[in-house]
Amino acid sequence: MARKPKLLWIQSLTCNGNSHSFFNHSNLFSILSHFELIYFPLIETKYSLEDVLRKKVHSDILIIEGAIKEDLTKGGVNIKELIHHYAKESRYIITAGTCATFGGIFKQSEPEKISGFAFDKENEKEDILSLYEHRLISLPGCPIHPKWLSYVLLMIINRRRIPLDEKNRPQELYGFTVHTGCVRNEYFEWKIDTHGFGHKEGCSFYENGCQGPFTHGSCNKILWNDTSSKTVVGTPCFGCTEPDFPKERLFSTKTNMGIPQKMPLGIPKRAYLTVTGIAKSFKIKRLEKKVIDYEK
Amino acid sequence: MHKGYVLTKKELKRESILKTALKLFSAHGFHKTTIPDIANALNMSVGNLYNYFKSKDILAKEIIKYTSEVLGQEIQKVNLQNISSKEKIKKIVELYFKMAKEKPEMIEYFLRVYLSHREVFNDGCEGMLCVSGFVTEIMIFFDNGVESGELRNQDFFSAFGLFMGYLGGMVFLKGENILPKKLDEYIDDISENIYNALKA
Ligand code: SF4
Ligand code: SF4
Repeated sequence: MARKPKLLWIQSLTCNGNSHSFFNHSNLFSILSHFELIYFPLIETKYSLEDVLRKKVHSDILIIEGAIKEDLTKGGVNIKELIHHYAKESRYIITAGTCATFGGIFKQSEPEKISGFAFDKENEKEDILSLYEHRLISLPGCPIHPKWLSYVLLMIINRRRIPLDEKNRPQELYGFTVHTGCVRNEYFEWKIDTHGFGHKEGCSFYENGCQGPFTHGSCNKILWNDTSSKTVVGTPCFGCTEPDFPKERLFSTKTNMGIPQKMPLGIPKRAYLTVTGIAKSFKIKRLEKKVIDYEK
Repeated sequence: MHKGYVLTKKELKRESILKTALKLFSAHGFHKTTIPDIANALNMSVGNLYNYFKSKDILAKEIIKYTSEVLGQEIQKVNLQNISSKEKIKKIVELYFKMAKEKPEMIEYFLRVYLSHREVFNDGCEGMLCVSGFVTEIMIFFDNGVESGELRNQDFFSAFGLFMGYLGGMVFLKGENILPKKLDEYIDDISENIYNALKA
């Protein structure tokens, strides 16, 4: 039997959110059984962090968690340099999370010095891409869904091609918007706002700042905890998979004289406004009402 | 009605019915104008006119959509120009007054038929349904102005009412023969006032 690919997880500047998210995968150990786990911060392996820092291990699939900062050291070792050391020998390099992919929340503290591994917000880091572009898989998300990572790992194990977009994101996961599959679509269609948080009815696009329609992701196709999603429970999507995450005032829709500033992905404003004006003109009784009247 | 392709004979006929009915409704009022009046003015039979529009109410609604589209297309041309919001305001005021002068029936129809006979338009022209061509372009104008930082971010209807209510009011006064000067002579002042009210 061919030897199992070596899986190495390296943390740079991170809150550990992606490790913990992946750790919560309902089939974690069955997935890991296909790999030789070299290092993962939450599970004990044959090797210590020290072994990793001393470059005593090897990697076939390198997972990077956290943003990159030139002079960041751990145990006296420069982490950026360490990542490059392992990246060079790896067949796949996966950036897990928005920090590792684009810079994310950590970039806020020192925007000049901190970035993603191969992208700095939406900008490509050409020196990095020229080295690793064909081995790189971007998995933005704050955090990533455990199944986004297992999808990638299992595709690799099964020697299947993973179609990627221009930012190296798997199209299967990021080719749709978060809006796709949200249970509130009908309310979006008829422009009925939810007026608050946590309600069963209404859509969060008009007042509460839902970014679902212009955020790449599959939160409403691959549910969180196999159960639900932010937008389904009545919280706006924060656009955590996007290069410009985090933005400000995440609980309110930015408008220009009442007109949403950002449009659903690829929809011209003129087209959107025409359709909206028409949809808004109708009063749909069923959608204006509560679905369940708890007072009765 | 649409740019970019040649209208068929039937579409041309439809448009000429809309234009003629628009003139008659504006001149004689909605209730006093009958379908036979309109057919007569077009030299067509009543039966044939009904082939195009099933009732007077439907015709009335199609007219408001038509005028809204025409006005919207004119404003769109202004929106697509690479000029400041201040200059756009002046151009919109100019074109509105130009239309009031050259095609007074369009503005008259809006003010005296559409706004005065809500019972006809309530069913089928609810909300912005029939005026979306025009309202959409005003929205685009506001949106661009706020985005570029030139206009103040405020409530849409406060701004819309100020802009369009003002222009409509002036044309109305003109129609009542109350204005001492020609409409054109007010363009500079009015544009300035609107800009001052909307600027950031
Ligand atoms: S809540 Fe957000 S994701 Fe859901 S339908 Fe509305 S805009 Fe789309
Ligand atoms: S719903 Fe939006 S903010 Fe929430 S995890 Fe998905 S992409 Fe991120």
